[in-house]
Amino acid sequence: MSTHRFALVDCNNFFCSCERVFNPRLHKAPIVVLSNNDGCIISRSQEAKNLGIPMGAPLHEQQEVIQKNRVHVLSSNYTLYGDMSARVMSILREEVSAVEVYSIDEAFLELPEKFDEKAASKLRVKVLRWTGIPVCIGMGTTKLLAKFSNHYAKKNPCFGGIVELENHPFFNDIIASTRTGDLWGVGKNLERRLQHLGITTVLEFKNANPASIRKELGVVGERLLRELNGISCMNLEEIPPARKGVMASRSFGSSVESLEELEEALANHVARASERIRRFGLLASHLQVSLQTNRFKKEETQYAPTIGHALLTPTASTSQLMNIAQKMLHSIYRSGYRYKKTGIFLGGLVSEDSFQPSLFDIPVTNPRGDIDKICDAINKKLGDPKNPLITRASQGTKQSSKGWKMRSQRRSPCYTTDWRELPIARI
Amino acid sequence: MVTAKVEAGFPSPADDHMERSIDLNEELIGNPAATFFVRVSGDSMRDANIHSGDILVIDRSVTPVDRQIVVAMIDGEFTVKRFRRTKDRIFLEAENPAFHPIEVGENQELTIWGAVTFVIHRAK
Repeated sequence: MSTHRFALVDCNNFFCSCERVFNPRLHKAPIVVLSNNDGCIISRSQEAKNLGIPMGAPLHEQQEVIQKNRVHVLSSNYTLYGDMSARVMSILREEVSAVEVYSIDEAFLELPEKFDEKAASKLRVKVLRWTGIPVCIGMGTTKLLAKFSNHYAKKNPCFGGIVELENHPFFNDIIASTRTGDLWGVGKNLERRLQHLGITTVLEFKNANPASIRKELGVVGERLLRELNGISCMNLEEIPPARKGVMASRSFGSSVESLEELEEALANHVARASERIRRFGLLASHLQVSLQTNRFKKEETQYAPTIGHALLTPTASTSQLMNIAQKMLHSIYRSGYRYKKTGIFLGGLVSEDSFQPSLFDIPVTNPRGDIDKICDAINKKLGDPKNPLITRASQGTKQSSKGWKMRSQRRSPCYTTDWRELPIARI
Repeated sequence: MVTAKVEAGFPSPADDHMERSIDLNEELIGNPAATFFVRVSGDSMRDANIHSGDILVIDRSVTPVDRQIVVAMIDGEFTVKRFRRTKDRIFLEAENPAFHPIEVGENQELTIWGAVTFVIHRAK
């Protein structure tokens, strides 16, 4: 029996909370933050939730309630959110040695033995004081239970943001009134299959026979069942998820049909993604290019191909990756469709140092590597990250006039990363 | 094809004594996760050597005490003032005779955003 205990720390309404830290006018006001292209609502402040604005709703469907209630509408500012996320995560790391950054606003911690609700509460206050970001902390003997506690803390503010459900006197009553679909890792499909076994509540699942669960639902189901019973099956993954692969994609502001425009957009994605992996000293051994039409426009014919390519010699060179990506794009491109999105995924990431050249490699694997590094350094020093000084010819020019450039008309300033955009105090 | 790098010349004897250049961050930023910058506009803090255009270093991990210069949020705006706390009253004091101290009323919401630890001012 393991004595592990985990916590899930989750930032409340993270994007809205970040905006609020730097803009006093947003305090206590309803706020929504939009997805890339200002299309859908992806973060809501509590006040906006109280107005009944649903998560993921297209902006245009909510105009009425937004205007009537003077809801503040903001484009997403990932530069700001990324910086604030890094601050929160570094505070967590200072407090607890084992931290798994699960997403931009969530992290799992492996807790020291004596870490009780009081310690959690202190940590919560520290994050709030230092960064201005409110968090909820759920704790449990497994990651599943920690996540479940967190979910409960969020739904029930009376607990002050800290919950360890297993210690709760009404634990069994709570899980008896929770549907399995609310559990982390139980999707629609699994929920349906559980229903077939006569299991609808979390309590019923917890008390199910492990052998029959394994038989009917395989190892995934069995693992969830064990985790639910306090037997830890999921360890902390301390490697940042970004290492598994880097994705760069973006929806076009308006639909794009021509190959030239797609080439240009893709080239920009390749430049961004390859710069990212170079920054971590990584090489990609696999890349994937995808195209997508607008699946919400049912009247238009749909086409969404993805193509993968394994690289014999892993690389992080922008020009090499760009060449291959363009060839891949050509092979999947079909004229006559209205494309909404193109993207690239760099996967199979290996460390520059640990990479073993194959027998047939020329010792200098990447003669252009130095050029990329110089470009990165110059762009970092002199350029605006969204508008790098040095770009490749294939990335095109005058990006802002192009249909594919991201729409973000209501983006807040990059308060923490750009000297020109600092918050201003009029005194 | 075979390629190889050839190192030319002797290593510099100074290489062994290389030190990093002075890094201002070490001096000004005690706590990176909690440190933010705010630009000032206006002259209500003139006598505390805070002038329009200056950049303030704010360390949110520092607990503000009486007389500390702070960035505060009051009435939906940022301000920079000297924080004064007596037994039962809270004031935000300007450092310029042209400005009166602000007494924080019971119904007014005041948030101390962070303590000012340094002022970055361009010498003229």
